Amino acid sequence: MRQCQTRHSQSRQSLAASCGAFFSVTALALIAGGSVFAAEEFTTGSSDVIVTEINRQIREAWKDNEVTPSPVADDYEWLRRVYLDINGHVPSLEEVEAFAADKDKAKRTKVIDKLLDDPAYVRNWTTVWTNLCIGQQTPRRVSRAGMQKFFREAFGKNRRWNDIVSDLVTAEGHYEENGAVNFLLAQMQDNDDAVQMTAKTTRLFLGMQVQCTQCHNHPFNDWKQDQFWQFNSFFRQTGKIDHRKFDSKTGRMVDDYSEIVERGFSGPVYFEKRNGLMQVAYPIYLGSEVDPGESTDRRKELAKLMVTGEKPMIAMAMVNRTWSQFFGYGFTRPVDDLGPHNPSTHPALLDRLAEEFVKSGYDCKQLMRWIANSEAYNLTSRGTKKNERDNPAAGEAALFSHVYVKSMTAEQLYDSLIVATNAHKSGRSGWEQSEKQRQEWLQQFVRTFGTDDGEESNSFDGTIPQALMMMNGELVQDAVSVKAGSHLGDVLAGRGNEAQKIARLYMTSLGRQPTRPEMAAATKYLKSSRDPLAIYQDLFWALLNSNEFIFNH
Amino acid sequence: MEFPTPDGMSRRHFMRHMAAGAATLPALDFIAHVRANADELKKRRKSCILMWMSGGPPSIDIWDLKPGSKNGGEFQPISTKGDLQISEHMPKTAQVMDNLSVVRAMSTREADHGRGRYYMHTAYVPNPTVVHPAFGSVVSYELGTKRKELEIPAFVSIGGGGSSPGFMGMAHAPFLVDNSGSIRNASMGDLGPDRLNQRLSMLGVVEDNFISSQRGDSGQAHKDIYQKAVNLMTSKQMAAFKVNDEKKEILDMYSPTPVAGAMGMGGGNQFGRSLLMARRLVESGVPFVEVDFGGWDLHANVFQTLKTQRLPQLDAGIAGLTADLKQRGMLDDTVLVWMGEFARTPRINQDVGRDHWAASWSVMIGGGGLKGGIAVGETDKDGTSVSSDKSYQPGDIWATVAHALGIPLDTVHTSKRGRPMKIANGGTAIKELIG
Repeated sequence: MRQCQTRHSQSRQSLAASCGAFFSVTALALIAGGSVFAAEEFTTGSSDVIVTEINRQIREAWKDNEVTPSPVADDYEWLRRVYLDINGHVPSLEEVEAFAADKDKAKRTKVIDKLLDDPAYVRNWTTVWTNLCIGQQTPRRVSRAGMQKFFREAFGKNRRWNDIVSDLVTAEGHYEENGAVNFLLAQMQDNDDAVQMTAKTTRLFLGMQVQCTQCHNHPFNDWKQDQFWQFNSFFRQTGKIDHRKFDSKTGRMVDDYSEIVERGFSGPVYFEKRNGLMQVAYPIYLGSEVDPGESTDRRKELAKLMVTGEKPMIAMAMVNRTWSQFFGYGFTRPVDDLGPHNPSTHPALLDRLAEEFVKSGYDCKQLMRWIANSEAYNLTSRGTKKNERDNPAAGEAALFSHVYVKSMTAEQLYDSLIVATNAHKSGRSGWEQSEKQRQEWLQQFVRTFGTDDGEESNSFDGTIPQALMMMNGELVQDAVSVKAGSHLGDVLAGRGNEAQKIARLYMTSLGRQPTRPEMAAATKYLKSSRDPLAIYQDLFWALLNSNEFIFNH
Repeated sequence: MEFPTPDGMSRRHFMRHMAAGAATLPALDFIAHVRANADELKKRRKSCILMWMSGGPPSIDIWDLKPGSKNGGEFQPISTKGDLQISEHMPKTAQVMDNLSVVRAMSTREADHGRGRYYMHTAYVPNPTVVHPAFGSVVSYELGTKRKELEIPAFVSIGGGGSSPGFMGMAHAPFLVDNSGSIRNASMGDLGPDRLNQRLSMLGVVEDNFISSQRGDSGQAHKDIYQKAVNLMTSKQMAAFKVNDEKKEILDMYSPTPVAGAMGMGGGNQFGRSLLMARRLVESGVPFVEVDFGGWDLHANVFQTLKTQRLPQLDAGIAGLTADLKQRGMLDDTVLVWMGEFARTPRINQDVGRDHWAASWSVMIGGGGLKGGIAVGETDKDGTSVSSDKSYQPGDIWATVAHALGIPLDTVHTSKRGRPMKIANGGTAIKELIG
């Protein structure tokens, strides 16, 4: 029984072992009373029936596949993960200490609610969705600031996901006044009869990969070439104007804003079959046809169709993607390729969550609350012999019997280093300036392929340049510099003995206490050195450079 | 005071480079070094330079022209020193074509950028349950690990978007650089060797704790990468990246001839600079270098762009590299491969462009002891299909490269799931080329 493996969870916080796991009242009672009844389920303190349903279905798959879940993660491990996943950065020293000291049995569910209401939640999900919509490198004639503004408002007000998608698909106007237009502008890099727009919209919001069907029927799924063009015909009224203006300083015309406008278009679109025959396609969305006449606003009609039904594709796609953000794997691989040709690992759960997501009013926070409160998300990332084969990294189906190690994104790393250096408290002015610095730093990892579908690769993937950046780059240099107001400076000037200072550096970077051998090693360095400051600096450097820091686990 | 150095973070290795010179090499180390060099001398070091034409190049306008066809376009073929004709806009390359061959019967099915890039780099079509290694990572694994004297990465990608090492692991990932020759953050400033050693030693404590925590392979992979990064930071072989150290007349060999009255020279010599860096890296023992040259996604205005921007650089680069390798006696040990994710439609579209096309196209391959100056296979008169008996897949190209590099074709690698994967997806070395 899983609970038994961590029954010492109520033991005091020890330096060597970070034992912060806790149980529901019922589970504790069971252990205390030596009951032989089936184990009560783990709870974060949430009593939401959907969470119970997730737990039930995930457990069923464990049973069917004969794997035993890993134990529940201790508080330190879990807190760092939930901060990274919901708010995009590691917890601060104060937050780690406060959580470890909190005796409330429902503290996990409380923290989840707190994080969902934190401004960092808005920033994190704005980053995630801005990158998904326009890429990490801003395409020509697209306003990143406009796109971010749109998502800041969307996540800040927790707008319904169907309304968000609808705004993106139907957007018109100035790229800063209506930031939503930037999604479509980013797909208009080439004069390509809205091919890219069609492919990206279906893939991102509907989880349908139709890009291959532009030229031929899909070899592995049911999407047909005429469906691609039927879908495409919804976008053919989309036009854009790239405005220019006179620059009095240089006496030249320079780029001004861009905007999306409606352009007259009616009737069918034409496309060429592989055999060279021309075909026509009318605006039809998964069987629903709209009037192809001039008075129809096709994108408005499309948006309506996309959000209709009890379990529309946009709900499936969003649930799957959000799940994968938390667990590193969705219910399908790739995460944006749903359909009968690509069976999901937990089909009933994906269906149920999509239905509940719709019933909740497309409430993104509620969806994340369900996921973060689930038992699977609260397990340790340490594997055991009994769930060894639950190894999606090796191509196996994800069973979520332990949490999978994820690489931090570049943004998560940057924001985490800011927390660890205290840069967020000292002197950084305003959202826009800090965002500018952040963007400059991030650009070093992005490379674009210069192709018609605007692909890019992210070299932030654990390769040598990234290691060099961590070892010698400015951010980490700053972190270990002991400047006035720096975190390291504060810790060293602060109260406490050597051991306490070492422990604080561990808590700041890794969100946990040092183990006994780690403490022994650090103390030994300090005792035998004439330059203790250098020891603290090098220790902090080592912690920030470690595998444990760079991974979200 | 002395602290144990964690495994892998080789302090001795590091100290060797921080020391004033070879005279201070520890005796044992020195002997090992000499032996490694001697072993290498016995077997000549083979390498491959992949010229990657990102975006999908119109091979019909470069290597397999169709004069007289409605698809022929604006360019005419010219004769070369080899037994084949190529584009009139490749005159310098024509002079070295006796060393290079063209496989004109590629048929590769993937016409999407991402899928095509994956297929051509790995010889496998994308599959959701396994990530296959790019062939550069395979070479890094097969040859790089055997070159003990090599302190810089065995797979370098210049200006590229990066391909995945897949199940070979991050240690065989391409090392991405640009052609300026400067490696970002490679200097540790004024931090002395003692401090770096102290840091690495402390790092080892934390790293090992995570590695032993049953969280999969990523912790160890991180440690391996750090070792490589430290090796790189402290290596004299870093000089290979410094393309500016090269004499001007050598760089000129790789650069387009300036056009009188025109701005710049045929769109610059960025490709030439990258190829020159590739030659320096190969000289230093790097077994696989990929050079990215983009701008081929020519859905519009294909002929004008080719004539004024792409082909002058391509022509000068290939010709310069081939001649330079030859004059250094390196051409027979260096395989050159030219390809993109696919090629472009024979049919010319309404914007005077060519779209994506994978059904019938050309890859150039030469050097490395392979037969030069021939065309392998052919396409029909309009270029729309392969008309020779046999068509070729990327696996056949990579099998030919493997053969030239001395990697046995019965080599099998194992995916993380334990699935055996034949090298080059079981492709066959092209017999016309291996003679």
